[in-house]
Amino acid sequence: MPPLREFQSVVRVAGPILAVSGIDDAGYNEVVTVLLPDGTVRTGQVLESRKGMAIVMVFGGTRDLDCDITAVRFTGRPMTMPVSKEMLGRIFSGSAEPIDGGGAVVPEKEMEISGYAINPTKREFPQDSIETGISAIDGMNTLVRGQKLPVFSGSGLPHSLLAAQITRQARVRGSDESFAVVFAAMGITHEEARFFIDDFSETGAQAHAVIFLNRADDPAIERIVTPRLALTAAEYLAFDLGMHVLVVMQDITAYCEALREVSAAREEIPARRGYPGYMYTDLASLYERAGRVKGRPGSITQLPILSMPDDDITHPVPDLTGYITEGQIVLSRELHRKGIYPPIDLLPCLSRLMQGGIGEGRTRADHANVSSQLYAAYARGRRLAGLVAVIGDEGLTDVDRLYLTFLDRFEHEFVGQKRDEGRSFDETLDRAWELLSIFPKDELNRIDPKYIEEYYRGGTG
Amino acid sequence: MTESSIIRITGPVVEADRMRGAQMYEVVFVGEDELIGEIIGLHNDTATIQVYEDTTGITPGEPVRRSMMPLSVELGPGLLEMIYDGIQRPLTELGEISGDFIVRGISAPALSREKRFHFTPSLSQGQTISGGAVIGSVPETNKIVHTILLPPDLSGTVERIADEGEYTVDETILWLLDTTGTVKEITMLQRWPVRVPRPIQSKLPAIRPLITGQRVIDSFFPIVQGGTAAVPGPFGAGKTVVQHQLAKWSDADIIVYVGCGERGNEMADVLRQFPALVDPKTKEPLMKRTVLIGNTSNMPVAAREASVYTGITIAEYYRDMGYSVALMADSTSRWAEAMREISGRLEEMPGEHGYPAYLGSRLADFYERAGRVKTLSGEEGSISVIGAVSPPGGDFSEPVTQNTLRIVRVFWALDADLAHQRHFPAVNWLLSYSLYSDLVAPWWEKHGGSEWGKMRSDLLALLQKENELQEIVQLVGPDLLPEEDKFTLNVATLLRESFLVQSAFDPVDTFCPPEKQYRMMTLIHRYYRLGHHAVGEGMTAAGIQQLPVTARLSRMGPMPHEEFESFYPKTLEALDTAFPGGED
Repeated sequence: MPPLREFQSVVRVAGPILAVSGIDDAGYNEVVTVLLPDGTVRTGQVLESRKGMAIVMVFGGTRDLDCDITAVRFTGRPMTMPVSKEMLGRIFSGSAEPIDGGGAVVPEKEMEISGYAINPTKREFPQDSIETGISAIDGMNTLVRGQKLPVFSGSGLPHSLLAAQITRQARVRGSDESFAVVFAAMGITHEEARFFIDDFSETGAQAHAVIFLNRADDPAIERIVTPRLALTAAEYLAFDLGMHVLVVMQDITAYCEALREVSAAREEIPARRGYPGYMYTDLASLYERAGRVKGRPGSITQLPILSMPDDDITHPVPDLTGYITEGQIVLSRELHRKGIYPPIDLLPCLSRLMQGGIGEGRTRADHANVSSQLYAAYARGRRLAGLVAVIGDEGLTDVDRLYLTFLDRFEHEFVGQKRDEGRSFDETLDRAWELLSIFPKDELNRIDPKYIEEYYRGGTG
Repeated sequence: MTESSIIRITGPVVEADRMRGAQMYEVVFVGEDELIGEIIGLHNDTATIQVYEDTTGITPGEPVRRSMMPLSVELGPGLLEMIYDGIQRPLTELGEISGDFIVRGISAPALSREKRFHFTPSLSQGQTISGGAVIGSVPETNKIVHTILLPPDLSGTVERIADEGEYTVDETILWLLDTTGTVKEITMLQRWPVRVPRPIQSKLPAIRPLITGQRVIDSFFPIVQGGTAAVPGPFGAGKTVVQHQLAKWSDADIIVYVGCGERGNEMADVLRQFPALVDPKTKEPLMKRTVLIGNTSNMPVAAREASVYTGITIAEYYRDMGYSVALMADSTSRWAEAMREISGRLEEMPGEHGYPAYLGSRLADFYERAGRVKTLSGEEGSISVIGAVSPPGGDFSEPVTQNTLRIVRVFWALDADLAHQRHFPAVNWLLSYSLYSDLVAPWWEKHGGSEWGKMRSDLLALLQKENELQEIVQLVGPDLLPEEDKFTLNVATLLRESFLVQSAFDPVDTFCPPEKQYRMMTLIHRYYRLGHHAVGEGMTAAGIQQLPVTARLSRMGPMPHEEFESFYPKTLEALDTAFPGGED
């Protein structure tokens, strides 16, 4: 790309987009600096380039821009960020400016923030299960290192509590390798941001954390770069320094709204609900940065959090996310109302990488069978509960009643746990057997008889 | 020609001027980095180009170089066991060049130029041959003989043919005197444009099922060799596991697996498992019959658009040798979305949901390349295509699902509710269909037994009946049902849980041979008939449920096949003892 060029020829400003005339050689995705009349500086990126014109997206928004004095400086390079081990323990803005009062980071390396796709043949298949200490996840939707497992939530649900608890408790059995947390906040409130920072500093996680904050009142377009900065930092920590990095990104819905805003300003043809047709590809460029690479010790595990507008799982944001991520954890308003924490609605939850991460030598040999049986029993319990609501419980058989007992105890004793309670894999599975032992042995048709022999605690029936 | 240059860049779409003479779908090299692109629009001397790599940093004024060739794939020995990206760049070799991440502007030949193959000629001097004729053969793996065919568009007289020996793919093996009097040098390496179907003599009707070892598919909703099927389902319903199962266990000779816009970790899983798994038919590692195309969701979108064409062209090449090929495309929705994205950048008038108006015809063109055919050399070959569809929100009324259903003949509808109960494969038996069931009945009657058609329709009717009864139960509860209906519900549960549920992760259950499927079906069917009669004679449904033989029928799937051999006659006997009254 050519070197620095400056133009004072903004010809059009619309939403977060501006057009600069007179430039023949703007590079696609090139970074620009916008110098406002009052001396403020904002960063932007070229979205479209043609002879004599460049279309630029401005991350700080276009307020106070004019078509007269405002100058646009084309830097001749794609967007990069300085990275260093010193980033650990620091807090940055949504565009990577330090906001914790500390000085600038002394870079060890400059990295392109858009990242490169990991060659699929160089990926290591993720198999190290992470013990989050939460039964509903560990027992039924095990998370593994290198996975991307989003939390689908809704407004007013305790997703932040859950994410903080996972961050605090997550560990890999028999491993004391170095770990780090990268937290990217996009459009979350000051209070939520404060909650995470406080939680991190109380538990000592702060020293291992890199935090990027774009809050609800920060420029919306900045949200497009925030997760990319966070993931670039994560890639450096994971693949250059060999750390195990957990990336928490909240809220993906706010990110997608920023994408929609840019798309609308460019008058693009929308797909569903006004979101751009390339949103799947764009989200994939974030989520696919999770993983492990053969021959490198580190890993990137992602825990994106998104709020489903009106709790609608078919909304484009959760929908496209679910098609890219390796499963999902779904929170339920109904369980939350019943006072169950964490209110994880297990039926729509899934961890696609669970099968490789559990079993003999990883968690426990009976894990897969137990999980499958719990699912079948819980689904049947829920169906019966629905039936009882309509026709009463007179017509139920004795076995049906056992399922109702199971349902109630399962939600309270297995799914429900305290906010500071961490259960080991063994504790989770033992608890599962306690509940499965409500049933006679014949009902446990998804469990190998040898495990029933070993773990079943009910009567002989 | 060298003066062509870029005038506009917007994402993966680039415009270049002074391109007079360029052709639609010609490959061009874009910018200083020579990124690979393809012309998808022409307006006077301005060409619109979709670029198969990330265009970051490209500026107007950079050169565009023409290749004078349409987007083509390299065909020849050495395709098997390879993993390519959407435009047939070998990913393992790219990794050797650029390391763990795919950077821009790198390339490597699709087929190794160093590796030597043992070529045996089957022509002699002076023979007159036409397109598709067999030149010779190469043992590509222990079980796959790679036939070298004359490119379909050539014909002439053999001037000279290479002796038996070791050759690389770019050494001349045939000197052909064509009708114009020039001698053409033919190598084992040939190119074919991906968007053009390879010619055949004629299409043939399908006759034989493609056995997949998946009970719900083979026994209830079968596909044939040369058939087409769609697997739509919301996320988490198990599309990818179904596709992987078919790639692993279906009894095709060659598998082409196209991971189109899907997850990187899934490709890593395939690469981990396939070399270790053994093909039940040939006892060779599965990888030895597989070609993988992996264009994950974060790889360039235009290459995703090309990936299904790359895959089907390779499939056609092996079909032309007389093999039965199965192609899995996961997911065709990502392919359609890639089309939508490119179409949007071209500012074309959109059709439904923003998809281009030509979505339906592109899908039809693709699926029409499937089929059982008589090849140019007179062999019989087939391509079966199984496309996954990812409908937004799991809503089957969306354009990609609907346009696909107009073409394919098998529909395996995956269901979120079944997946939530961990009923896998989550194929909904009420929505799914197969238009091939009558076609494959003779095969099943020969290889399973004469009752196949009847048992299948009885059991499907049973599931339909269960659905009606469930609606009544929702209103009045199960207690008020007559004993006969209670028994029907119990048998339906048994059928679902011990026959339709099949664990892909269980070492035995993952593949169920057709003979075992038939016998399992026989046992359940017989139980149903005998029990039905017994209820008529006054036995209660609960009483039948308590019989030891009922429990016997509940764990057949994971039972080792040898054990099942003796289990089957014993259980038939046990059924007769338990129900002395016989059938209706």
